[in-house]
Amino acid sequence: MSIVVDSVSKRFGDFQALNDVSLEVRDGSLTALLGPSGGGKSTLLRVIAGLETPDSGKVVIAGEDATAKPPQRRNVGFVFQHYAAFKHMTVRKNVAFGLTIRKRPQDEIDGRVNELLELVHLDGFADRYPSQLSGGQRQRMALARALAVQPRVLLLDEPFGALDATVRKELRLWLRRLHDEVHVTTVFVTHDQEEAMEVAEQIVVLNHGTIEQVGAPRDLYEKPANEFVMRFVGPVSELSGRFIRPHDVEILLERTDGAAEATIDRVVHLGFEVRIELSLGDGESTWVQTTRGKAEELELDEGQTVWLRPEVEPVSV
Amino acid sequence: MSSKRSVRTRQSRVSAKHALRFLALGYLLLLLGIPVGLVFFNAFQDGVGAAWDAVSTPEAQHAFYLTMVMVAVAVPLNTIFGVLCALAIVRQRFGGRAVLNAIVDLPFAVSPVVVGLALLLVYGRRDGWVGEWFSEHGIQIIFSTPGMILATMFVSLPFVVREVIPVLREIGTEQEQAAATLGAGPLQTFFRVTLPAIRWGVAYGIVLTTARALGEFGAVSVVSGKLSGQTETATLFVENRFQRFDETGAYAASVVLALLALVTLLAMNVIKPKEGQG
Repeated sequence: MSIVVDSVSKRFGDFQALNDVSLEVRDGSLTALLGPSGGGKSTLLRVIAGLETPDSGKVVIAGEDATAKPPQRRNVGFVFQHYAAFKHMTVRKNVAFGLTIRKRPQDEIDGRVNELLELVHLDGFADRYPSQLSGGQRQRMALARALAVQPRVLLLDEPFGALDATVRKELRLWLRRLHDEVHVTTVFVTHDQEEAMEVAEQIVVLNHGTIEQVGAPRDLYEKPANEFVMRFVGPVSELSGRFIRPHDVEILLERTDGAAEATIDRVVHLGFEVRIELSLGDGESTWVQTTRGKAEELELDEGQTVWLRPEVEPVSV
Repeated sequence: MSSKRSVRTRQSRVSAKHALRFLALGYLLLLLGIPVGLVFFNAFQDGVGAAWDAVSTPEAQHAFYLTMVMVAVAVPLNTIFGVLCALAIVRQRFGGRAVLNAIVDLPFAVSPVVVGLALLLVYGRRDGWVGEWFSEHGIQIIFSTPGMILATMFVSLPFVVREVIPVLREIGTEQEQAAATLGAGPLQTFFRVTLPAIRWGVAYGIVLTTARALGEFGAVSVVSGKLSGQTETATLFVENRFQRFDETGAYAASVVLALLALVTLLAMNVIKPKEGQG
C-alpha cells in the first residue's frame, strides 16, 4: 500500500527533527531513507508507524489518513535496530504475537508461523528463546514477527545496524530477495549509502530534518541535486573548485586544452582499483580513481607531471 | 626463581580469598547467626511441647491470624500500587515525577513510631483530621484492624516500587513499542510484554514487602491499642509475652515469625528464573 507524508514537522525541545517533510512511497516499492545520524530519518519512520506524533502535517497510509491513529491500529510492521525481541517468549511465541493478539484460531496461527519461520530460515529454532539466537537470527525472527500480521507496510529502522559486516551483507541481499517474494511496501532507514544503493529502488536523502533529494540509486549518484547528496552517496574529489567523482577524471600525459596540470604525489594500489593522489598547480591536492590496467598503460609514477580532464560535467559549488 | 615467586603470589592470593570469606562469614555469624540461633535455642529449652503449647493458645493463634491479615491486604495493594507507581515514574513525563520519586522513599527514612503517630493525627477518633467523620459513620480505624493495615502498608510501601524501577529502566520501551505495532493495546502490552519482563523485580519486591509486613512492630504498636486477642499481631504478641516474663512464649512466637520469613525467602529462590530464559 502507498504511503503519503504531507508537510510533517516534528520538534524535540530545541531540536528540529523534521522540517516540513513531504514524501510519497509507491505501493509495493522498496525505499531507503538515507542520511547522517540526527538527519531525521528514524523520526520520519517512527512518525509513519505512529510511534511519534508529528507536531504538524499528515500521514496517509493506503489512502487513509492515519495521523490520529495509535500504532496498534495502523497495521504496519516495524523492525527495530536492536530487535526488540520479547525475551520471555520462544521464537514461535514471538512470531505468533500479532496473531495471538488478533485472537486467530490456533491452527491458523501454527500454520502461518511455520510458513514464516521457513521464509526466514528459522525452522528448527521455534522453541528457542531469543537469548539463544545470534544477532542475525534475532533480526530475522523480528522480521517474521512483523510480517506475520500481513502489514500494509513494512518499516525497518537501521535493521542491520547492530550486526557485523558479513551478516550485514548477507541480510541485505536477503531482504531484497524477500521483498521480491512478498511485495509488501517497504521503507528502511540506513546511514550506509552502499546499503541503500544495493537494496533500495528509491532513495530518500534526509539531512537536518529536510529531504535533500529523492531518486533511484543511479540518479542520485550520477545527478546529485547538491553538494551534500554528492558527498553522501559516493566518493568526491575537487578539480578547479568544482566537484567530480574521482573515476570521472581522465589522466592525460600531454598538455591539452581544458586540462589542469598536476604532479603525482602517490600511487596507491588497492587491487583492481588504483588511487592516484596529486597536487594541482595552485597547491591544492586532489585524487583520481583509476583501474590497474589504465595505471599500467600510462606507466604512472610518483613525481610525474600529468594533466587532468573531467570526463563528465562537474558540479559547481 | 620466577616460578617460586608465582607460587608465593598464588599462595598469598589464596589466603587473601580465605581471609575475605572468613571476614564475611564471621561478620554474618556474629551479627545474625548467633542471635537468631539463640532465639531457636531458647524457644526449645523447655522442650518442643512447651514451645508448641505457647504458640497454640487462642491469643497466639489470633495474633498470627492478624499478622496474616496484614500481609494479605498490604502486600497485594502495595504490589499493584508499586507497579503503577514505578510505571508512572519511569515511563511518563510529568511535573511531580521527581517529587513522587522522593516521597516513595519516605517510609524508609521516617521511623515507624512517627508513622504510627502520624496515623493517629489523621484517623484518631476524637482529634484526628478525618477520624471523626469515619467514627460518625461507624468505622473505627485507630485501635482496630484498618489502622493497623494502614500502618503496615505505609512502612512496606517502597519495596515493590524500588525493585521494579531499575528493571523497567533496563528493559527499555522497544519491546512495548514492538507490541503496539503488532496490534496490542496498552493493557495487552502491559500484561503480555511489560509484566512478564519485570516479573522478577515484582517477585523480589513482593518477598521484601511480605517480610517487612510480617515483622512490622513500631507503627502497628502505636495504632493498635495492643488488646490481647483483638488487636495484637505476632510481633506485639512477642513483646507482650516478653514483658510478662513468658520467655518460652516470646521465643517460640519469634521462631514462628522467623520461619515464616525464611519460607518467603526460600519460595523466592525456588521460583527464580532458569538461566537463559530471564
